[in-house]
Amino acid sequence: MTIVFERTRGLTDVETHYCPGCTHGIIHRLVGEAMVELGVLEKAIGVAPVGCSVFAYNYFNCDMHEAAHGRAPAVATGIKRVHPDKFVFTYQGDGDLASIGMAEIVHAAHRGERISTIFVNNAIYGMTGGQMAPTTLVGQKATTAPGGRSEEHCGRPIRISEMLATIHGAKFVERVAVNTPANIRKAKKAIIECFKVQLEGKGFGIVEVLSTCPTNWGMTAPEAMKWLEDNMIPYYPLGNLKRPEEAE
Amino acid sequence: MAKVLMKGNEAIGAAAIQAGCRYFFGYPITPQSELPEYMARELPKVGGVFLQAESEIAAINMVYGAAGAGARVMTSSSSPGISLKQEGISYLAGAELPCLIVNIMRGGPGLGSIQPSQTDYFQATRGGGNGDYRLVVYAPANIQEMVDLIIEGFDVADQYRNPVMILGDGMIGQMMEPVEFKTPKKRELPEKDWATTGTGGKRKPNIINSLYIAPEDLEAHNIRLQAKYQKIREKEVKVESYKIEDADVVISAYGTTSRIAKTAIAKLEKEGYKVGLIRPITLWPYPYDEFKKINPNCKGILTVEMNAGQMVDDVKIAVEGKFPVHFYGRMGGMVPTPEAIIEKVKKICGGEI
Ligand SMILES: Cc1ncc(C[n+]2csc(CCOP(=O)(O)OP(=O)(O)O)c2C)c(N)n1
Ligand code: SF4
Ligand SMILES: [Mg+2]
Repeated sequence: MTIVFERTRGLTDVETHYCPGCTHGIIHRLVGEAMVELGVLEKAIGVAPVGCSVFAYNYFNCDMHEAAHGRAPAVATGIKRVHPDKFVFTYQGDGDLASIGMAEIVHAAHRGERISTIFVNNAIYGMTGGQMAPTTLVGQKATTAPGGRSEEHCGRPIRISEMLATIHGAKFVERVAVNTPANIRKAKKAIIECFKVQLEGKGFGIVEVLSTCPTNWGMTAPEAMKWLEDNMIPYYPLGNLKRPEEAE
Repeated sequence: MAKVLMKGNEAIGAAAIQAGCRYFFGYPITPQSELPEYMARELPKVGGVFLQAESEIAAINMVYGAAGAGARVMTSSSSPGISLKQEGISYLAGAELPCLIVNIMRGGPGLGSIQPSQTDYFQATRGGGNGDYRLVVYAPANIQEMVDLIIEGFDVADQYRNPVMILGDGMIGQMMEPVEFKTPKKRELPEKDWATTGTGGKRKPNIINSLYIAPEDLEAHNIRLQAKYQKIREKEVKVESYKIEDADVVISAYGTTSRIAKTAIAKLEKEGYKVGLIRPITLWPYPYDEFKKINPNCKGILTVEMNAGQMVDDVKIAVEGKFPVHFYGRMGGMVPTPEAIIEKVKKICGGEI
């Protein structure tokens, strides 16, 4: 019998707390697999700030820091400056990275900090119960935008990858989604390439992963996948925005 | 080692490097900028890293990362910047990470002024950030003492896995005095086997964390923290006192204010007054017990601070209502004069107040 699929060593053998149909789980698996395939799990130190993934320290099978809301890139900077030979990554939500932690991510990218960021964009504050994020789409309902996000009232959603791609120190920027098997494969490739940019000492790298939150979107898991495809991908186009060779 | 003449802010940096600190994360603010400037010059020479963060919030979180990764690390700021660091300080205390934080205080509230002040006593000793936590807080009165406390402070931080704060004011940061760098008494320091260094495939993952979602777990964590704080109270109190057993009035003052109080006491003694001094060196843990040694016939305690009266609360707790507690302070960066203190002491002696 040949084994065609098994749980990655990159994750611990515990049940996660994520809601059924939430794509945080898929993204965890891809990050875990990428670390194992690159042989960096044993020298990895991850940082997960608050958000639904705050318990990631129980799931990634490597040294981990929990961090304050938005501050993971600063925490990762401190770790990386102490251990420049280790592999350091952050795993952050969109409320975390694009709102309260905007300064930290921009400056980590700007310094060309040799860290890798997994940015999980589900267009909502998941953990706190579905409030509006800076990434919430125009018209999308949230508990703090009961009539749907209004551009007039609070602007259009921020496109983080496009913005970070303009920063010199950011050497790898790609947006992916995990809504189909093909997209999941592409997401994994991007994560591996992003991690290599750090391992080769080239600078900062980020993979933005369009993700679902069926619970706070008020949808079933398949509906959420479809909503992501129909609404998020048109506003947040998938693809690579920057690679080291283009960065020069 | 021979004595060298150094400016306070630079002496802090030299002491930290001497203590083995190799990482500094900070953000410019007067009156402490000579310290990050010194570290930017000197740390690379010893293989260390100085990094100017984008804000005090980022700086303290870099400290959180570096401390969790096992390094000796510090940051410094002045009052408004220390306010921004409070969230991070609470996380450091919650995750039990050792580090050194320097606050060269200036007048407040708000942007206040850049002149020396002691207005952050409450913030330093009562929390400032959220949650039941404590910092070990040192208030040096001269540059030599500051250097000694920094060198020892790094050991104290490591021994208890707790942030340590040096609380100075603009005066001590700017003045120049001769200093000597001494080796502190040796402490048994625990191995940092909890640090995130990568598992190397040899151990279970280490986790730096302050989140305990189950209330019974968080309570247990807090009980452990409180037991640690109790041990610090028992072992780490530092205080200087002077002739309190037969004083008619005892002055209580800390940091540079205590030097002004000493000048006042010397003048009063020449006029025949019996005036003692209690100078807390640790503001937390506070030297409450020292006040039990005061002459039972003492007419009153005079607390002198460069604020509206903050330590005076601790003095009241310490004397347990046995003596009247008076306060004299200047605010906004104004400095108390020996003459004003002398006048107050005389009034207390004469039963006028
Ligand atoms: C300083 C601070 N402010 C607010 C919060 C509350 N909070 C926790 S998670 C969160 C939002 C998380 O949303 P996101 O980053 O998008 O992650 P998700 O849960 O959607 O994965 C907020 C506001 C907090 N923990 N700390
Ligand atoms: S609330 Fe949303 S983001 Fe959080 S676990 Fe549930 S589905 Fe996932
Ligand atoms: Mg989110």
